[in-house]
Amino acid sequence: MSGLRHDPNIADPDGFYQELIDAVQRLSSDDALAFSARLNLLLANHVGDRTVVREAIAAARQGLVDQQGLENKS
Amino acid sequence: MGTYAYPSYPYRAPDVVGAEAPRASVVIVGGGQVGLTMALDLAQRGTACVVLDEDNTVSDGSRAICQAKRSLEIWDRLGVAAPMMQKGVTWNEGHVFYRDEQLYAFNMQENPHSPFPAFINIQQYYVEQFLVERAQQEALIDLRWCHRVAGMTSNATGASLHVETPDGSYTQPCDWLIAADGVRSTIRGQMGLSFTGQVFEDHFLIADIVMQREGPAIRRFYFDPPWGPEASALMHRQSDNVWRLDFQLGWDVDREEELRDENVFARIRRMIGPDTPFELEWKSLYTFQCRSIERYRHDRVLFVGDAAHQVSPFGARGGNGGVQDADNLAWKLALVVDGSADPALLDTYDAERRFAADENILNSTRATDFITPKTRVSEVYRNAVLDLARDHAFARTLVNSGRLSVPAHLTSSPLNGVDELQGPVGPGSPVPALPVDGASSASARHLIGLVGQGFVLLVFGNQPEALRVDGRIPVEVLCEGRDFSDPSGEIAAAFGATDGGAILIRPDQHVMASWKVPTAADLSAALATVSGERA
Ligand SMILES: Cc1cc2nc3c(=O)[nH]c(=O)nc-3n(C[C@H](O)[C@H](O)[C@H](O)COP(=O)(O)OP(=O)(O)OC[C@H]3O[C@@H](n4cnc5c(N)ncnc54)[C@H](O)[C@@H]3O)c2cc1C
Repeated sequence: MSGLRHDPNIADPDGFYQELIDAVQRLSSDDALAFSARLNLLLANHVGDRTVVREAIAAARQGLVDQQGLENKS
Repeated sequence: MGTYAYPSYPYRAPDVVGAEAPRASVVIVGGGQVGLTMALDLAQRGTACVVLDEDNTVSDGSRAICQAKRSLEIWDRLGVAAPMMQKGVTWNEGHVFYRDEQLYAFNMQENPHSPFPAFINIQQYYVEQFLVERAQQEALIDLRWCHRVAGMTSNATGASLHVETPDGSYTQPCDWLIAADGVRSTIRGQMGLSFTGQVFEDHFLIADIVMQREGPAIRRFYFDPPWGPEASALMHRQSDNVWRLDFQLGWDVDREEELRDENVFARIRRMIGPDTPFELEWKSLYTFQCRSIERYRHDRVLFVGDAAHQVSPFGARGGNGGVQDADNLAWKLALVVDGSADPALLDTYDAERRFAADENILNSTRATDFITPKTRVSEVYRNAVLDLARDHAFARTLVNSGRLSVPAHLTSSPLNGVDELQGPVGPGSPVPALPVDGASSASARHLIGLVGQGFVLLVFGNQPEALRVDGRIPVEVLCEGRDFSDPSGEIAAAFGATDGGAILIRPDQHVMASWKVPTAADLSAALATVSGERA
C-alpha cells in the first residue's frame, strides 16, 4: 500500500486552491520559484516520512523530461 | 617575509648510478603527510621501508590546515601528536553565517573525555616537518630526498622503479610499493589507472594572511557575505597568527586577474575591514574535484592518500582520509611482510578504505554542490534553505557548508566478526577515548591509548576459560579490574559488555568482534580471517 495519500484530504478544496494561487500570482517568476522551493521544503519537513516524500517527488516528476543544459546557472 | 622557514633535508646521492640498487621490501613513493605516516607506522611495527620524495622540503604553502581528532589519535600512537598539539590551534565549533546574520553554530566534540579536540588548525608544512623529524629518528626508515620516481613496472612479485636524482638515475626493485605520491601520482599514471569523478565549475581563491586578531578559534563560514561579491567565504585561524581566508569567486573569472595582488588585497580588506594591518603569506586559486581510482590494491602496488582519491576541501576529508588509509594499511602490510598473514589481507585494505573514500567523496560532493549549485534551480533551492534557516530549525540541518571529517565506521568490513554484545560501539568502529584509571603508563589514561600495537582482547568480569590462541597472530588479553578499570562503567556501556563479555580490537584501534562469553576457538577463528590460516 502506498504511503502517499491520493484521496481528497483537504477540507474546502476551492478555498485552499485560491489561497495558494493568491500567494503566488503577483510574484515575478523568480520569486514564484523561490516561493515554491520554500513551500516544498516546509511541507516535506512537516511530512518527514522519507517514503512518502519520495513518492511525492516521483509523482510530481511524472511526465517531465530532463532539459540538460538549458537551465544552467547564469 | 613569511612566518615559516622551509627546512631543507639532506640529499644523499644514490649508492649506485645507472644500475640496480639492492631490492627493498617496501618502498613508499611520496613523503607527504600520508607517505610519512605510513612509514612511521610500518617502522613502529618493525617493518623497514624506503621513502622516495622528489624534493627535499615540506609542503609548499599551508594547504591542508584542519587536522581531525582521528588523525591526532593515530599520530599519538606514532609518538608525534604532542608537537602538533603544541603548535596547532584547537577548535571544536563551527559558525555559519548568511548575509549579515549568524544562522547557527555546531560543536564537533562529541566525547568530553577525549584528550584531543575535534580539530586543530595547523599548516601542512608543520605537520610534514614533525613527521619528518620523527622519521629521521627511525633506523627502519630510509628517507631519500630528491629521489624522483620517473617510471615503474610491476608484476605479481613486486615492482621496479626508475628513480632520478641530481647525480643520475638508478633502478629500485621492491616487493611492495606504496603509491603516496599525491594527486598527480606518477605511479597512477604509469599504471594507466583512470582517476574519475566530478569537477566543480567554480573558482576558490585561498589566501593566508598574518594578522593580530583576537577572538575564539572557530570555523566561520559565510554564505553571501554582506561585505563582498563572493558567493561564500570561509575563515580559519592557524598558528603563528596566520589566518586562512577562502573566497568563492564563481566560474567565469579571469584567473590571472583574480590573482593580482591588488585584487586579492581588495577582497581581504573588504572581509577583515579597513583597519587591521595584515601581510599576505600565500595565495592560490583552485577549482575542486572529487575523484577516485577504482581499486586501491593492484597486486603488489597499494595506493594511499590523494594518489588514490581526491576530495574538495569542504569537510577536511582529504588529508584526514589519507592518514586513516595509512593507519589501515600499515599493520596489514607489516603482518604480510613478516609472513604472519596471507597477502589476501591487503584486499581488506581496498574494501575498507574504498568504502571510507566513497563516504568522504559523497560528503564533500554534497557540500560542494550546496556551496556551488550546478543549475539555476538548484541555486533557488539552496537559497530557499538559507532563507528558511533563520526562523525554521529544520532548514539549518539542510545547510551544508561542509560535513567535517569523522572517523570511518567500517561497518560492512569483511574482517568484522560477530557482534554478540550489540553495544553502541560495534565491529568496524574506532575505540572511543574513554578514561581508564589504573592504567600502568602515564600516556595510557584513555582506553584508546591501551590499544594500537597488536590485537587486544578486552575482557569484562569473569572468564570461564583461559583464552589462548595458537595461531600466527598473537593477542594480548586485557582484563577489566586487572589491567585497566572502568570506574564509571562507561567503557562497558560503550561496548554493551556484560559479565564475561569480550571485545577484540584490531591494531588500528577499530573493533573487530564482540562476544558475550568467547571461547579460545572463537578467538582463533576471528584471527584466522586476518591471517588466512585455517582455524
Ligand atoms: C587548499 C587546500 C586545502 C586543504 N585543506 C585540507 C584540510 O583542511 N584538511 C585535510 O585533511 N585535507 C585538506 N586538503 C587536502 C590535503 O592537502 C591532501 O589530501 C593531502 O596533502 C594528501 O596527502 P598525500 O601525502 O596523499 O599527498 P601530498 O601531500 O600531495 O604528498 C605527495 C608527495 O609525493 C611527492 N611526489 C610526488 N610525485 C613524486 C614522484 N614522482 N617521485 C617522488 N616523489 C613524488 C611530493 O613531493 C609530495 O611530497 C587540502 C588541500 C588543498 C589543496
